Amino acid sequence: MQAKLPFVEIKSNQCKGCALCIDSCKPKVLSLSKAFNLLGYQYAQYANAGCTGCEACYYACPEPGAISITKEKKGAVSA
Amino acid sequence: MTTTTITTTTTTTTITKGKPSTFYETFERKAGKDKLTTHYCPGCGHGRVHKLVAEALEEMGLGDRTIFISPVGCSVFAYYYMNTGNVQAPHGRAPAVGTGLARARQDSIVISYQGDGDLAAIGTAEIVHAANRGENMTVFFINNAIYGMTGGQMAPTTMVGQKTLTSPYGRDAATEGYPMRMSELIATLEAPVYVERVSCTDVKNIHKCRKAIRKALQLQVERKGFSFVEILSTCPTNWKMNPQDSIKWIQEVMEPYYKPGVYKDKTAEAKPLPKSAPITDPDELRRILGLEKGKTEAKTRASIGERRIKIAGFGGQGALTAGAMLATAGMNEGLQVTWLPSYGPEMRGGTANCSVIISDKRIGSPLVMRPDVLIAMNRPSLDAFEQEVAPGGMIIVNSSMIDRKVSRSDIKAVYVPFTELAAGLGLKAAANTVAVGAFLAQEPLFDRERIFEVLRTSFKKKEAVETNIRAVDEGFNFGRT
Repeated sequence: MQAKLPFVEIKSNQCKGCALCIDSCKPKVLSLSKAFNLLGYQYAQYANAGCTGCEACYYACPEPGAISITKEKKGAVSA
Repeated sequence: MTTTTITTTTTTTTITKGKPSTFYETFERKAGKDKLTTHYCPGCGHGRVHKLVAEALEEMGLGDRTIFISPVGCSVFAYYYMNTGNVQAPHGRAPAVGTGLARARQDSIVISYQGDGDLAAIGTAEIVHAANRGENMTVFFINNAIYGMTGGQMAPTTMVGQKTLTSPYGRDAATEGYPMRMSELIATLEAPVYVERVSCTDVKNIHKCRKAIRKALQLQVERKGFSFVEILSTCPTNWKMNPQDSIKWIQEVMEPYYKPGVYKDKTAEAKPLPKSAPITDPDELRRILGLEKGKTEAKTRASIGERRIKIAGFGGQGALTAGAMLATAGMNEGLQVTWLPSYGPEMRGGTANCSVIISDKRIGSPLVMRPDVLIAMNRPSLDAFEQEVAPGGMIIVNSSMIDRKVSRSDIKAVYVPFTELAAGLGLKAAANTVAVGAFLAQEPLFDRERIFEVLRTSFKKKEAVETNIRAVDEGFNFGRT
């Protein structure tokens, strides 16, 4: 299941298709789907490669839980 | 939630940055099937700011200490989302509610989250005075230059020339004035410690916004006083733009007028506010407010059921005061009471009435639609309320001023010349106390002594107390016959 780190995960049914995450994405690895989600919006999706873990899309997104970023954190003491 | 799993035994971990735990996991209070997304429109600035606040609260460990005040506006439902303490304030009054919270709960983090219609229009007085008093609270002011929830009307912050529902040709400064710069205004006050305007637009500015939110919260943790963060925020729906253009509109139109920046920062020299212990002991409060005077222990509760009383007369006849006397005496007796006045703007003349409920059980509503007892102090009152009296009820008529009899036969009528009896004591104004005495003669809900106690605490002059006590007795004796 584990994708290549870092990666962004978008819960398609929590996306309202505002596309602000797409604009904020420097490596341009997000795009809008052709399909519609349960809310009736075209949703943002990740190309499954190229995420730098910069978190720009996370902060650009107005929805609380639509976007999450998983990445490695170096130097952190285990918690 | 930030979950941490150890991937190596040394120093590299995998972290997931997702929904902060200071948001509810599911938004149960929200109507409809979808309990995972907000009610905000696509591209709305509120969601971003909610997220920044929630993230800061989580990382600063403040979630359990926070009281989040939702305003009126689109963010009225912030309590659907914030996993903190929540209060929803009337329109514009969040800083006043926050003042109470911040003073009574000095270990809490109080956040007043308000839009521009709420803060800069109907709530101008509240924000200015809370800021001026330097309350230990944080205000997040979401400025999107329009009324959002009500459908896009002009706000005090609307830009000159901006078209809204109520400025269809664009805001004209000659007739509607200029957009209000709240940060600048607040910064001129002496007490606020930190005032900054940020712009929630691109990544760089979102991070400035994030920093400002944290700084304001940190100041409150240190009890350094009032902090104010204005956040320029998008409203794509009411601006009739797509989310991308609305970001551009902030940058190109709003920012030149509402310049982002720190307008006041006294962080370095501000000293933590001292904590004062709020008084919560009811007896102590009574003592401070002077309410324990004349109060004797409640007797064993009598079983009186629920008695609904309406007292009506000219303004100035003391109908409201008579009701308050009965209610206060009933309360001191240990009964449940309500008192609900209804009167015109005139101090004298006009009509006034009050509804009193005295009950041995908790009272559901203070409204009296069908009174058991009507005390009519003048003719218009009898005319107005005679038909409302419940069958089997009673009307006590001020026969000094009412020249007709009660026309209904299914109720008891008692005629007492309130005004004449009072005049006989040399105090015409005591007609209402006579009425109270007459009422107690018919409805012995409690001893007259309870009314005397109230009179002793209401009048300073001994003479006035004595005359009113005699008035009660006059009414009582007359009412019994």
